[in-house]
This record gives sequence, C-alpha cells and structure tokens, in this order.
Amino acid sequence: MNIELNSADRAFRDEVRAFLAGSLPPDIQRRVEHGLELRRDDYASWHRILYDKGWVAPSWPVAHGGTGWTPMQRYLFDEEAAAASAPRIMPFGVNMVGPVIFTFGDAAQKAHYLPRILSGEDWWCQGYSEPGAGSDLANLRTRAVRDGDVYVVNGQKTWTTSAQWADHIFCLVRTDPSAARPQQGISFLLIDMRSPGISVQPIITIDGSHEVNDVFFEDVRVPVENLVGEENRGWTYAKFLLSFERAGIADVGRSKKQVANLKRIAAAEQSNGRPLSEDDRFQEKIAALEIDLLALEFTELRALSRHSAGEEPGTEANILKIRGTEIQQRITELTLEAVGTYANPYVPEALRDGWNEEPIGPEYAAVAAPRYFNWRKASIYGGSNEIQKGIVAKLVLEL
Amino acid sequence: MDLTYSEDQTLLSESIARFIQDDYDFETRRRIAASEHGLDPATWAQFSDLGWLGIPFSEAEGGLGADPVAVMILMEQFGRGLVVEPYVPCVLLGGRLIAAAGNAVQRDHYLGDLIAGRVQLAFAHGEPGGRYALAHVATRAEACSGGFTLSGQKAVVHNAAAADFLVVSARSSGEPGACEGISLFVVPRSATGLSIRSYGTVDGLRAGEVALDGVELGEEALLGETGEAFPVIEAVTDAAVAAVCSEAVGIMDRMREMTLDYLKNRQQFGRPLGSFQVLQHRAVDMLIACEEARSLALMATLNLGGSAAERRRAVSAVKAHVGNAGRKLGQEAVQLHGGMGVTDELALGHYFKRLTMIDTFFGDAAHHLDRFARNP
Repeated sequence: MNIELNSADRAFRDEVRAFLAGSLPPDIQRRVEHGLELRRDDYASWHRILYDKGWVAPSWPVAHGGTGWTPMQRYLFDEEAAAASAPRIMPFGVNMVGPVIFTFGDAAQKAHYLPRILSGEDWWCQGYSEPGAGSDLANLRTRAVRDGDVYVVNGQKTWTTSAQWADHIFCLVRTDPSAARPQQGISFLLIDMRSPGISVQPIITIDGSHEVNDVFFEDVRVPVENLVGEENRGWTYAKFLLSFERAGIADVGRSKKQVANLKRIAAAEQSNGRPLSEDDRFQEKIAALEIDLLALEFTELRALSRHSAGEEPGTEANILKIRGTEIQQRITELTLEAVGTYANPYVPEALRDGWNEEPIGPEYAAVAAPRYFNWRKASIYGGSNEIQKGIVAKLVLEL
Repeated sequence: MDLTYSEDQTLLSESIARFIQDDYDFETRRRIAASEHGLDPATWAQFSDLGWLGIPFSEAEGGLGADPVAVMILMEQFGRGLVVEPYVPCVLLGGRLIAAAGNAVQRDHYLGDLIAGRVQLAFAHGEPGGRYALAHVATRAEACSGGFTLSGQKAVVHNAAAADFLVVSARSSGEPGACEGISLFVVPRSATGLSIRSYGTVDGLRAGEVALDGVELGEEALLGETGEAFPVIEAVTDAAVAAVCSEAVGIMDRMREMTLDYLKNRQQFGRPLGSFQVLQHRAVDMLIACEEARSLALMATLNLGGSAAERRRAVSAVKAHVGNAGRKLGQEAVQLHGGMGVTDELALGHYFKRLTMIDTFFGDAAHHLDRFARNP
C-alpha cells in the first residue's frame, strides 16, 4: 500500500499537463475558468483537439479507438483537465451511446456510428426521461410500432440536454405494451434528429439558461436497422449505459478547482473589516467542505485501486454520485454565500464571454447565483440521489 | 499508488479478526473491563507473542518495522472487537514517545520490556483547564542538582494506575501554551510525590488524575533535550490520533453491521423494519459515513510520514470527520435499535460509548476542524 504515483503515472500526468498547456485554446479556457457560457463550437473544438490527439474516448476499448489507459490514468487525465479548466467532453456520444453500440450493436452500426462519434461529426442526445417517467424510468410510454421496415414512433422525451445541438437521439421506446413487467417491453432505438415529425422545445431552467429540452415525436419513421440489439431488451442496455454515466460522476478534480475559486473569492470579500477568508465561521465551513472532498477523493481512489487489482467495479459509483453531487452543490452554496449582496444583479449578458460593459460588483459575482440555481440539477439527474440510495439499499445492504 | 492491502497486510488483518472471534468475545471484554486495571495479563502476553506490541517500532528499536498501515489494520480490528487493553496509551503513546525522543540507552532500557509485554506505560500530558491545547503544559520541571523536580496536575491519564512508568510532559521554561520549553520525563509510578486517583471511564477503560508534588528525578529521566519536546509530542500524538480514528472506523462499521442485522430481523407491522424506505436510506447514510471514515483514516495514515504540515492537515481531517460522522452514526445506530439500543445488555451501547469518547481523544471535531483550517 502506498500513496505515491508510480513513475509511469507521474510521467503520464506530466504528459497530460504539457498537452493541456499547449493545446487548450485560451478563449475556451477563459470561459470555463470564469464559469461563462460555452457554445456548441467550444465543445466541438475541444472534442476535435482531443480526437486528433487520440484521447477523446478513454472509456473505449483500444480496438474501437480508445486510449488503453489504466483506471488511474483516466482519473489523472480528468483531474488535470479540470485543473486546467478544460471543458468536459459531452458525454452522450462518447460515454453513453458509444459503449452501448460497441457492446450490443451490430457490425453495420459499429462501422457507421462509432467513427462519427469519435471524430465529433455526430452529436448525440439522450432520450430517456419522459413527463411520466422520471425516477420511475421503466414507466416510459413513447411507443414504437413496427410497420414493415420501420418503427413508427410517437411520444415525448424531456430533460433532453443539448437536443437543440444534436444530430441523433438514442431513445428508450416501448415496443411491447403487454409485457408482464414494464422493463420487459422496452427497446433501444437510434433516431436521426432531422427525421420528419421530431420537434424540439427549449426548457429554460431557474438560472435562465437553455440546456434541456422537450423532444416530441409524431409519427416519426425510424428504419428497423436502427434498433440496437434485440427488440424488448432495451432495459438491459439502458442499465449498462447508466453504469457508464455514473463513472467519473464524483468529479473530484472539478470540485477541487471550484474550492480553490471559492477560497479566492473569500479572500477578496470583506467581512467586518477583514477578509471573509479570515472569518472563523466561514473558515470552518470551507474546512468541513474540504474534508468532505478529501473523503470523496480517497473513496474514489480506493475504488480505483480495487479496480486496478482486478476487482469488478461495484456499487461504489452510486455512493460517489450521491456524495459527489452533494459536495458540488455545497460548493455553489458557499460561493453564493461568499459573494453576498452582489449575487443579486441578474445580467444575462455578463454570463457571456465578450460582454464589454463594466461588471456590477466584483467580476466573479455574476455567475454565483445562476450557478447555485443551475446546480440543483446534480442531485436529480443521472438517477436522483434518492434512487441511488434505493439501489445501494437493495444491492449492497440487501434490504 | 496502490490503496489495497498487500498479502501480508491481509494476513495481519485476518489474524487479528480471528483472535477477536476466538478469544475476545463480548463477554470476555465485559469481564476484562470490570477487572482492577481493565486489562488481562494473559491477553497482553498474547499480544506480545503475536508480535502486535512491536508493530509500531522499527527493527532498530526491536520492533517489526513501524509500518503505520499495520497499526491502522490492528486498530481497526481492535475497534471491531471493542478491545479495552491499553494499546494506545501504553504502546502508541508511552512507547512511541520513548522511541522518538529517547536516547539509545533509554530505548534499550524500556522498549525491549515493552515489546515483550513486561512493562506498562502511560502518557501524562493533558491538564485540568488545558482542554485540547497540546502546548498547554503548566506542570513545572525545575532543574536541581543532579536532576529535576516536577510539580503539577495531569488529567484523565489512561492506563495510569497500571503503568510501571509514566511519560510526563513538564515545562522547563515559558508559560502554558508556548510550544517552546516543554520537556518529557520518564517517571516511575512508585516515585515519591507521585499520586494517582484512579477510576473507570464511561467507555470501560481505566484512567487517573495524576498529581506530581515535588517528584525528584535524575538526569537519566529526561527524554531528549530540555524544553524541546513539543514537536515529538505533536508527531506522536498525531500518529496516535490517526490510529484511534482507525479504531473508530472498526467501531462504526461494527455498529453499522449490528444495525443492519437488526433492521433485517426485527419485525413490526408484519414486516421487517428494513423494508421501510425511510430506514433503508438511513442505513445507506451509515454505510457512506463508514466508507468516508475509512477513506480518511487511510489518507491520514499514509500522510504520517509526510511533512509536518501535511501530517497535521491529514490527521485533523480524519479526526474532525470521525468526531462528527461518528456521533451521528452512533446516535442513528441506537435509534434504529429502538429500546434495545439503550440497554446495557446489548453490545451496541458499549460501542456507542467508546465511539463517543474517542471524540475527546487529543482534540474533538471542533478542535480539529479549526486546526485543519489553520494548516492550509
């Protein structure tokens, strides 16, 4: 047992660091650093840069274009990327539908979709949740009815992140409404977003941003070759995908970066004639947060070590999701508290890069409240934290 | 980086677990706790035979290599078994202080006997009114011809009455609270002027109030240099705090298991308690608290060999967490056991009491949260 990185991992970390320093475009870095809005092009450019380097899909097998990194190297890459203020890679193609296709898809699907996901040519979104199927996902009602060589799809998906940018959507659809259990009648379909009958409506969230959408399907005709795996086995693929979605969800590196930012704000804010960072009570709140983050970090590192030693990943991902998101939310909460009254002004333009007017209050203030409000999503998405606890209670505690 | 146990470490963990299972059931523990000194000589001899008394000492000191991870493993199992034997005050405090501060003659004199199980030690440091300030030493050490004279009061000294020798901190110069000026002495319990008011503690251990009234000592009683003991005291107590946090991890995990069993077996409203979602989520919260405590205990243990700043921050992180999360988990375990949770009959309450008192060991959660914040 030892805490030091071995020389290969240290060299890897240095290589990643040097690459990030030389390749991350400064304007994108600035927007991430300051929490400003990212455009589709920002994600696309960074995706392309990583693709050219061969680093865009660390979770994929080498044969399909993965990196062959160890779990520790993947962790180090994420940590360095967060520290350098790189944007995240949009997960819907690379980390979600990609693994489903290379695991369950047929040869034609692999040959067509995988290279386009890797290169960033295709953008994907995720058609899971519906108005009546949130935590109870298996209750989904979007119907796909076989009609010759096509499925005819009718229904509605919601909370669909970046549907406004996506070329394709992977959808859970009901193909057998009479199955004994709701999980049994579901299939996994790949649908072109330009298909006639699809419409996208923005959902504006409480921070004023447009990340998620409603997606409506009206007699959308989808070729049967777009079915992944077997009909009515979609739930199995969906659960497989969720396990990928939760990996890395602890996001320790990004939280470390945000805590450093919070400390800078606390040092700049004044409280009773001295820096807020010297206020005992505020100091203790930050200290408690940092200790929670250390606990999360070492819980993840322990899981990585077990994984590297050959143990199958277990349900630790659920625990990391719960604690990771609670900590992310706590950071936004303390940042809001640190900013104080200048959290009040709401100037949407100030959240965009290139706004040239004088900021109202300190430069860091404008994003604090939107971030806090936006980040309430974290304990809800990817399976709400209550659902995660239910899974741990059932699978680990056998209750 | 590798945070899994080596084969040797796994074997050590299993052998201690086997000892607890075969030779240290709860009734045995209850009997030993009720004995005069709260320790069983045969059990202590077994610790020595098994090599456990030598774990925290280097081979040069006559020990097994001083691997902090081995100490962590031992203490976690001791926590699971709720072992009352004075391993912490005798070995991890008294023994480690002599090893770290003493000269070769002193180390030879005491450590061989300690590791062989022939002497008991204690560390008399905290004082009434000092709370958790490690440098609050008001006990005076006056130089006199041929040695020193010690006078003062020491509070809640674990293993005091059973100790053959007490390692005593006393001030050679300066005022209480100053890090400079503190010295360490080895004082025989039989020394003239030393008296001990011994008592049992709420968690089944033994401690005493130690009065030093003009205790005369020779030069050979001094460990290290006059007035320069504080860094050693801080490093040794930090390592002991990390170890006690591992004990807490074992206690928390055992309490969690007992509670989970209870939730599965106890029937109310015609079904197991564990079928109620509100209780399921609380059981998951207990699991998370245990995993986080284990992660931090490991992190702290692996940082004991780092710089003083890294060590302080790491140790205070785990102590603060264990204080808060341990209190919550202990209360939850009792609550979920219902009325049975507050009975003396059930082992659970005894685990709860030990876990609660661990928070007072060299600084509670608030103290260590503050120390963590001050060591960025």
